[in-house]
Amino acid sequence: MSTQEQKIGEIIAEHHAKEGPLLPILHDAQAEFGCIDVEAEAIIAKGLNLSRAEVHGVVSFYHDFKPAADPRPVVQVCRAEACKARGVEAIIGDAENAAGERVKIETVYCLGLCSSGPAARTGDDLHIRLDSKSITKLVEEA
Amino acid sequence: MSIIKISDDALARAGGADALAAAFEKKGHEVHRTSSWGMQWLEPLVEIEGKGFGPATLEDVDAILDGSSDKAIGVIADHPFIKDQQRLTFARAGKTRPLSLEDYEATGGWTGLKRARQIGPEQIVEEVTESGLRGRGGAGFPTGIKWKTVLGAQAEQKYIVCNADEGDSATFADRMVMEGDPYALIEGMAIAGEAVGATQGYIYLRSEYPDAIRKLNEALKLCASIIAPFQCEVRVGAGAYVCGEETSLLNSLEGKRGEVRAKPPLPALEGFLGRPTVVNNVLSLAAVPHILKEGGAKQYADFGMGRSKGTMPVQLAGNIKHGGLYEVAFGISLGELVNEIGGGTASGRPVKAVQVGGPLGAYIHPDQFDIPFDYEAFAAADALIGHAGVTVFDDTADMGSMARFAMEFCAVESCGKCTPCRIGSVRGQEIIDRIREGRSSGVARERDSVEMAPQMHNTTKNAARSVEEEITLLADLCETMKFGSLCALGGFTPYPVTSALKHWPEDFTDNTEAVAKALEAAK
Repeated sequence: MSTQEQKIGEIIAEHHAKEGPLLPILHDAQAEFGCIDVEAEAIIAKGLNLSRAEVHGVVSFYHDFKPAADPRPVVQVCRAEACKARGVEAIIGDAENAAGERVKIETVYCLGLCSSGPAARTGDDLHIRLDSKSITKLVEEA
Repeated sequence: MSIIKISDDALARAGGADALAAAFEKKGHEVHRTSSWGMQWLEPLVEIEGKGFGPATLEDVDAILDGSSDKAIGVIADHPFIKDQQRLTFARAGKTRPLSLEDYEATGGWTGLKRARQIGPEQIVEEVTESGLRGRGGAGFPTGIKWKTVLGAQAEQKYIVCNADEGDSATFADRMVMEGDPYALIEGMAIAGEAVGATQGYIYLRSEYPDAIRKLNEALKLCASIIAPFQCEVRVGAGAYVCGEETSLLNSLEGKRGEVRAKPPLPALEGFLGRPTVVNNVLSLAAVPHILKEGGAKQYADFGMGRSKGTMPVQLAGNIKHGGLYEVAFGISLGELVNEIGGGTASGRPVKAVQVGGPLGAYIHPDQFDIPFDYEAFAAADALIGHAGVTVFDDTADMGSMARFAMEFCAVESCGKCTPCRIGSVRGQEIIDRIREGRSSGVARERDSVEMAPQMHNTTKNAARSVEEEITLLADLCETMKFGSLCALGGFTPYPVTSALKHWPEDFTDNTEAVAKALEAAK
């Protein structure tokens, strides 16, 4: 048994008794491996007695689950209406320039910090009132 | 030494509240991490003996302690932003430590639940109905009627599901309840369980709120014995906006793709796992403990106007000077909220547009600022209150690009079930692009060879498609999306688009007369 199989087996065992266990399992697998790849889908499908198509359908539906791991650090920048009203579009270019190939800039729609945007998230840390300088610094330190 | 209060709300923390709290502790002060008052432009806000200082930075620590700080705002409770609010759901905001059971009980916590257990299911439903509480998630459906349906349904297992998938831009009231007063939400759910005979609750919480996830999980652990036999669990979403729609939320909770279900059957009868389920928004459930207190229902119903009873936690966001949470009785005018309470734009420029109700809400022109905050009044003006998020834009905003963004957002977030939403949103982006590209020439695009072929009977054979024709097409597409989509995502995306087109046609094209004509014809 591969380590992936074993680890996912443990995750399934932890959530198996829940009503609607698939999302909690996928979250844990995503956190563990940085992605839900084809192999992981197959193991989870087998564990829950689903078809792989069913699991793939769910994995591909949600933005949080990735088909392949990306080793780059991620900076999530909110580009929804309230952050647009506060000028995120004017500084997104600075973030992208600072990111280059090293950092991944992801768009999210709303971090709930809408009076104090532009807002961003790195890991579980949130950042508000970003401007050209502070978003560049944030990306450089990501 | 006096106790210093600093919020541990996500927004305050993002503004540096943790480092600030550590700095005060290092100086030997006792720091209580409380919920946020909701004056977000002042966060992180430091409170000493009722007086506030904000937005505070580490450099301000010494000046705050010796009383010389220029960040002083005086007594917080007397601040004009706080003084004129009618806080029922947010009564504890700024005052208590979110996870402290002691603070919760000392401020009347659990009295609603205790009373609910004494008066029994029928009486609970009766009082919630009497209070006039309507679902705060957007649709405004009467909560009492929903509960009554679930109470009357026969099943071995029923569920209480809290919709905490607060995905609308400009809304953060759910987040503030979950982070600042988690027991109020849990108590509301336990009361709902008591009312309809459900012993299991789920809180479907979006993954974009890491602080709320952590706090609710801790709170549920700490109060498990109090709410027992009712049990509750947090389930984390996975970044799909559409899962804020109740039926797609239920699918997601079951571990499926978050696709919308057709109604009927109503979730109240066939919801989670096909069983009777109450699905309520965070704010609806958090309002319940207050309503269930002795005389609470009547007090709640005394606020508000018409059929919109009680208070609404309005969220002031976007380009606004005084952004934050403002809980007030229904009936206040939009202009008052934006210009007087919100203080106009943060940039100091004139207000150009206000979007109420998140990404699916209409853009409202300052000419309409006299509309009162009321479900029916907003509906009459072709707008919606939704979750009461208010996004302010100054005169630099390009409403054409905002209309395009509405379509883009719909395309990204569509669950794919309904064709008008899934494909219409993509076509909508393309049409808006073409209109804007042809803004001065008046030509949206040249017809291609297929359209010019004699076999294509339904195309006119002039050489180019005019902007006018494209606007007519856009209006028609909006109509199709509005009536041909199951849920509000496809059904309401036309609101921001057509309202932007109507009020700011100059942001789309130089030929503004064509817009007026096309919109008139589409009526």
